[in-house]
Amino acid sequence: MSTTGSSRTPVRARALPVTDLSLVVLIGASGSGKSTFAQRHFTPTEVISSDFCRGLVADDENDQSASRDAFDVLHYIAGKRLAAGRRTVVDATNVQQDARRQLIDLARKHDVLPIAVVLDVPEQVCAERNAGRADRADMPRRVVQRHTRELRRSLRHLEREGFRKVHVLRGVAEVEHATVVTEKRFNDLTHLTGPFDIVGDVHGCATELETLLAKLGYTDGVHPEGRTAVFVGDLVDRGPDSPGVLRRVMSMVRSGNALCVPGNHENKYGRHLKGRKVQLTHGLAETVAQMERESEEFRAEVRDFIDGLVSHYVLDGGRLVVCHAGLPEKYHGRTSGRVRGHALYGDTTGETDEFGLPVRYPWAEDYRGRAAVVYGHTPVPGATWLNNTLCLDTGAVFGGRLTALRWPEREIVDVPAERVWYEPVKPLRTEAPGGHDGRPLDLADVRGRRVVETRHAGRITVREENGAAALEVMSRFATDPRLLPYLPPTMAPTATSGVDGYLEHPREAFAQYAADGVARVVCEEKHMGSRAVVLVCRDAEAARDRFGVEGVTGSLYTRTGRPFLDDASVTEEILDRLRTAAGEAGLWDELATDWLLLDAELMPWSLKAAGLLRSQYAAVGAASAAVFPGVLGALEGAAARGVEVHDLLDRQRARAADAAAFTDAYRRYCWPTDGLDGVRLAPFQILAVQGRSLAALPHDEQLGLLDRLVEHDGSGLLQTTRRLYVDTGDPESVAAGTDWWLEMTGRGGEGMVVKPLGALVRDDKGRLVQPGIKCRGREYLRIIYGPEYTRPDHLARLRHRFLNHKRSLAVREYALGLEALDRLADGEPLWRVHEAVFGVLALESEPVDPRL
Amino acid sequence: MFLTVTTTGTPEHPATDLGFLLHKHPGRAQAFSTSFGTAHVLYPEAEEQRCTAALLLEVDPVALVRRGKGKGRGGAPDAALAQYVNDRPYAASSLLAVALRTVFSSAMRGVCKARPERAARPLPLRVEIPALPARGGPGLVRRLFEPLGWTVAVDAVPLDTEFPEWGDSRYVRLVLESGTLTLSDALRHLYVLLPVLDDAKHYWVSPDEVDKLMRAGAGWLPGHPEQKLITSRYLSRRWSLTREAMDRLELIRLAETDDSEVEEIDNAVEAEAEQEARPTPLAVRRREAILTALRDHAAARVLDLGCGEGHLVRELLQEPRFTEIVGVDVSVRALTIASRRLKLDRMGERQAARVQLLQGSLAYTDKRLKGYDAAVLSEVVEHVDLPRLPALEYAVFGSARPRTVVVTTPNVEYNVRWDTLPAGHVRHRDHRFEWTRQEFRTWAGRVAERHGYAVEFRPVGDDDPEVGPPTQLALFTLTTPATPTEKEAKAA
Repeated sequence: MSTTGSSRTPVRARALPVTDLSLVVLIGASGSGKSTFAQRHFTPTEVISSDFCRGLVADDENDQSASRDAFDVLHYIAGKRLAAGRRTVVDATNVQQDARRQLIDLARKHDVLPIAVVLDVPEQVCAERNAGRADRADMPRRVVQRHTRELRRSLRHLEREGFRKVHVLRGVAEVEHATVVTEKRFNDLTHLTGPFDIVGDVHGCATELETLLAKLGYTDGVHPEGRTAVFVGDLVDRGPDSPGVLRRVMSMVRSGNALCVPGNHENKYGRHLKGRKVQLTHGLAETVAQMERESEEFRAEVRDFIDGLVSHYVLDGGRLVVCHAGLPEKYHGRTSGRVRGHALYGDTTGETDEFGLPVRYPWAEDYRGRAAVVYGHTPVPGATWLNNTLCLDTGAVFGGRLTALRWPEREIVDVPAERVWYEPVKPLRTEAPGGHDGRPLDLADVRGRRVVETRHAGRITVREENGAAALEVMSRFATDPRLLPYLPPTMAPTATSGVDGYLEHPREAFAQYAADGVARVVCEEKHMGSRAVVLVCRDAEAARDRFGVEGVTGSLYTRTGRPFLDDASVTEEILDRLRTAAGEAGLWDELATDWLLLDAELMPWSLKAAGLLRSQYAAVGAASAAVFPGVLGALEGAAARGVEVHDLLDRQRARAADAAAFTDAYRRYCWPTDGLDGVRLAPFQILAVQGRSLAALPHDEQLGLLDRLVEHDGSGLLQTTRRLYVDTGDPESVAAGTDWWLEMTGRGGEGMVVKPLGALVRDDKGRLVQPGIKCRGREYLRIIYGPEYTRPDHLARLRHRFLNHKRSLAVREYALGLEALDRLADGEPLWRVHEAVFGVLALESEPVDPRL
Repeated sequence: MFLTVTTTGTPEHPATDLGFLLHKHPGRAQAFSTSFGTAHVLYPEAEEQRCTAALLLEVDPVALVRRGKGKGRGGAPDAALAQYVNDRPYAASSLLAVALRTVFSSAMRGVCKARPERAARPLPLRVEIPALPARGGPGLVRRLFEPLGWTVAVDAVPLDTEFPEWGDSRYVRLVLESGTLTLSDALRHLYVLLPVLDDAKHYWVSPDEVDKLMRAGAGWLPGHPEQKLITSRYLSRRWSLTREAMDRLELIRLAETDDSEVEEIDNAVEAEAEQEARPTPLAVRRREAILTALRDHAAARVLDLGCGEGHLVRELLQEPRFTEIVGVDVSVRALTIASRRLKLDRMGERQAARVQLLQGSLAYTDKRLKGYDAAVLSEVVEHVDLPRLPALEYAVFGSARPRTVVVTTPNVEYNVRWDTLPAGHVRHRDHRFEWTRQEFRTWAGRVAERHGYAVEFRPVGDDDPEVGPPTQLALFTLTTPATPTEKEAKAA
């Protein structure tokens, strides 16, 4: 190597391949041009320099005494970037092995490739450059000398130190002319969008594989619509014809009709083929014997095939990950021995079960990733989604089924095994959490301050103290989360009315919607009961399959998720009547569903609120009824004696009348029930059915479906919701709406809810408009604002109510509710649905005037 | 809110002297403003033989609510819906007592310049209160007034005549008669006892209330057989009122969302918890049994799942062998009380490092709870709805998976031995079930089998030969070997 510069050596314009997700370690003496190189080939945010970090902690980029802290900061930032999956370039001298070791450890910790780029520039050049820089002018020459010495010593070891790629640029010119070429990782096939047919563990069941491929539409390994098969591994061992399976899969992969990831069985067989000593257990002996009958050439082909398999693939724009034994999100698209190990063998808890087999760590329970993970490895009785993961090993070789998943259709296609090819050590059983054996959700999904991403209103924040209250109610009183897929949002009242004598009046409700640009609204009678959400399944099987519950066919719960009725058998009776009515009305088939989620009102109010009615409402009624005869008697006595008490007497008479009106008002909400006798249910919205949220279905269509449900109920349980459609821009129509409300509330009705006919509507600024505005009756409001609220002086003060917070709360809860329904309809994992539902409950504990 | 005071008289001592005694002229209706509305005094009858004074307090219910500040948030610290729909405008509460003192202060002190001799002497008196809230019912009303020389006629007011099945309200109609008391005595009795019966106060009780009680109770309170009850109710839970109101807001809102009372959901803490509870012997023995079990299994790092107000945590702290103690409860209020009782903020660093209180829930798995030596679930399982119990089982035995688990729960068979417990009743309002010994053993056996634990059972309290001990304890020990067998892991 020349120390006189590289100008005379022939210049090679080298292209340096650098993986898109990697930790790039620049190595070179001070003054070798690392920063310039980094600046030229990487984006500014990709590069972290030790000088910069020194500046951060010590206000001086050259303060060597701050190096330790500076590198702590550098490692911290690099770690954050790598955890987030961003390529990171470390611009420091890195000439000492210890410095590099720390960076290699960091790369391994985040399962990315460490790549070394060495700038081997003559010491003279470095020294001259440093001398030309004001801040380094007095750097002693020996520093650069030491750097160069250390660099030379390091060069030979770099690969052994753990760098997966080492690029050495020798001399100034080579550094000048080098280019960086970004390479994709082997496992990154995000550009492939399929469609795919992902096939579970075959284990040498060649005939079943042929049957399945035929059922999927493949002819001789080719799909006429250009679909791609993806094999999750474990093609070999135990079964009757591992060579046949290999032959088929290898030819499909070679012709571009299939992808394949390795299973642990291939891996072990591959080592056997390379001559390593492995035990011929767990069905490997069968494979070895079968392969003995094949040609040496085929065995070599198999060896190379297995050798070239990539442990996992990220497909379809990152929406799909396929590997053999499952993969936590942090390993997706990562490259390390650990990732490969997990992809092949999964994770174990270290325990063994009663059959002497290792207990597998239930990684899927913890999975919270957005990408679907499809895998095999663990034989299960049937393929079921869990937290967006799906195990396709349905034990074909043990006499189960060979299963495939159509992607993106998410459709399961399977064929039965022709016989038991291999006796299982233990029976197949499902241990799905959040599912069939009572495994709960994880607290980390609801605890603390949370931000829920919603489709319709962006990010919604749940504060910690509200979450804490929700946790208590959810844990101690709510129904099983699997049966609690939705909670109804709170509803804002109409703006405080300017109409004399009224606190709420339809005028303002219609005007508000008109202002929001909603031309057509529906007025729905407000039922005099309690809010109830009903989940009703077509039968017990549907409840088990879709919601993972045994022994019940749905749920009936309150606004805070509590089971509405103490007696589960009465709930089942209600569900049964609903189910029958839905069947008679033909809704199951028409909506192509085997469950319905309904928003409803259950009457009478006294059914649920008995305690409240007695301790508050009836108590006030009792006290007033007891006190006024004496008061009026005393005043009349005094008046008869000629004492001037007329005003007072009149006022007390009015108060007595108000109190009596109050008693009348609450009494309308009470009637005796016995079992289901006297109980009525008024459904007013079908929230969701299989595969579909109906939250955006216009209310007239909604009510049309519900009317049929009510009509076909022979039991007298269901009650219709009276309604009137109003054009907010048409004064006559608005007057008709007002009259309708006056008439209804005049007879003691609770009032009405005004909703945009289109259900899910946005204003001209793109914001969600209120999904409903309640307009409560004048008499009903006595229960809310007290018996005497209608007296002018009281009313005047009560008009100062603050609705903004309530309105904002109503829209936020609405968006969370919509989100829960969408997640439910999309078949998203239970924790995702629960997150949104929990959010609604938490927001309900926000401070807002409870009378609104 | 209304009461009348009647007296009878003779030509020598006309009943109308009542006007002098009360310093209020019988010929006029007079109005006095108080902070919650206007008090009116008037005389429905004023004859020589019989004279009645009526006190009517017109409460302004809106002002009652809106006195507090805060935009649209309900004003007062207790933002309960109950405030507008409130019995205060009708029932004879502490508001009336305050009005009584304001309007009749001289009479209450026994001062009367016009008729000093009548003020000092007993006179025939009849007091009527048509709507008196009486927590404790007619029985307590009698116990409070009869020892003072009153003849008591008290009738419960029904809640709603249209719904007789609802029973009686907490109001009574009260008529008191006596010929042995002075008017001053009568007014001071009412001033103290109305709020005592109501057992709620409209104002925060401040230290000078003690002095007021002493003045109003002079001459009769010291000898009253119910003196203790009167004092404690009058000076009701002095500081806790404010604090509780602040602590409970979120839960109050969730209760109202569901049309229920906050007590229905916020019952993780016993109502009496604020008073330094004398632990019942059974609770002590339960904790001893738990500590013994933990010592037997050499547990050092212990979870108290459902720690409530921290009784067990406190005892664990007293033994250095327990190096890490984590109290977990779903009730923030319980944890607040626990923290206060353990004096966590004043504890030395070394001690404080041993203990931690967490809000957690056994309806969810919780990674923070993994890896402990032992978990205690003392009187916890019976607070979980049976269909939700598998979630708790998994969270504790499947997920947290401590080496040792101690579970205690009531033995329902023993309930027949509790004198105070009506037949068929559970021991606590929130108990979702109570198990027989056989039911508990079946459950524990199933859980142990499923999750790889061995289980033994121990009695807590006297083991009754017929119905068993009052509390049953199950001690679970992890049996599944924890040796990693990597080879098999890879082979399967």
